[in-house]
Amino acid sequence: MARTKIVSAAEAASVIKDGMTVMIGGFMTNGTAESVIKAAVEGGAKHLTVICNDGGFQGEGTGALLANGQIDVLIASHVGLNKEVAERMNNGTLKCILQPQGTLAEQIRAGGAGLGGFLTPTGIGSTIVEEGDPLVNIDGADKKPIIEVNGKKYILEAPLHADVAIVQGYEADETGNVRYLGSTRNFNQLIASAADTVIVEVEKIGPAGCIGPDNVETPHIFVDYLVKKED
Amino acid sequence: MERSEIKPFIAKRVAKELHDGDVVNLGIGLPTMVPDFLDPSISITLQSENGFIGLAAVDESNPEKDYIVNAGGQPAGIAKDGMFFDSATSFQIIRGGHVDATVLGSLQVAENGDIANWIIPGKMVPGMGGAMDLVVGAKKVIVAMEHTQKGNPKILKECTLPLTAQGQVNMIITEMGVMEVTDKGLVLTEYNPEFTVEEIQAATEAQLIIADDLKDMTK
Repeated sequence: MARTKIVSAAEAASVIKDGMTVMIGGFMTNGTAESVIKAAVEGGAKHLTVICNDGGFQGEGTGALLANGQIDVLIASHVGLNKEVAERMNNGTLKCILQPQGTLAEQIRAGGAGLGGFLTPTGIGSTIVEEGDPLVNIDGADKKPIIEVNGKKYILEAPLHADVAIVQGYEADETGNVRYLGSTRNFNQLIASAADTVIVEVEKIGPAGCIGPDNVETPHIFVDYLVKKED
Repeated sequence: MERSEIKPFIAKRVAKELHDGDVVNLGIGLPTMVPDFLDPSISITLQSENGFIGLAAVDESNPEKDYIVNAGGQPAGIAKDGMFFDSATSFQIIRGGHVDATVLGSLQVAENGDIANWIIPGKMVPGMGGAMDLVVGAKKVIVAMEHTQKGNPKILKECTLPLTAQGQVNMIITEMGVMEVTDKGLVLTEYNPEFTVEEIQAATEAQLIIADDLKDMTK
């Protein structure tokens, strides 16, 4: 029997508790699970650390949780299209940790792949990236280690892992196999392997095998809860 | 030169730097005008860092069109030879040296190729997005920008804003000229004859080395 459970958005979002770390897929809300986010706002879990490419738009995507005061820490690569991020940073209600987009993606991939981190040339010479923040540094070090390989400098970046991942797929089969559509794959496919509990919202759910083994992009073994998008 | 002519003028000159078959990532703003000026005999593949190659205009007949955005989050399309992928694969392509050229704007560039284009402390904190990975990973980094910021030099001896990357810029193209970053320093290889070399140097804090075979950039 498949371990993936098909549930409502509210049931799925109820796994999110105060103080948890939550990964949210999507890129400027392209590929962000609307129904589950809406249920997470209604669920009201507070003091969350959210890992997402961006801050969404004001009141949309990650921005919906932010507007409801549920996020204490946001780890992202770009927050310029939601002015509420800067407002909350300035009034001290939000801590925002910025990472280069490729580094953020690879940190999540490493977290899902059981790796202890990776070496990247990106950010060398940028004090903000090199010094970073203890939350995303190896073992909470004050600065990220810089390691030279064959005469070239690299930053050692730590993996990222979450309690819950909120994934937006397009179609799933009833066992939890998922495929994406268009540019919505972005961070979704990565976060699906990097969290203890994985929620996937899709537009349609078909019989087992309907996607076909060659076309499944996220396997059911990663998926705990499947939610059909609610109107 | 009229203000409205400056950006297309720069974009037109940038287009000459791209070659048939190149994989190219374009930053927002001015760089997105470059494909309009490509020689019709060449075709390039545009990479969109949010997760595909084959970035194209929106195709209203594509049933999947509502699921495609560009790296600015705006509606986009995909070419017939395109492919979607996840963000780690996207940056594997970028960081791994599989992008031939990136064209982007900048707040400041230094004569050694340092670039600062993502943050003005205390003022603008949008986040670096994919810019740091792009300038580190692309084989050729072309900065396309206006020569000065309201008369104040942007091409400097050293950047004063926090860096995006060290020594990664290969070429700077402005409405005044074309400059290449070399081991010897910043070489002015082409100029816009609307300006004298002295006027170009006066608008540039970095010391320009004038190429022996200085050319007219409009020809």
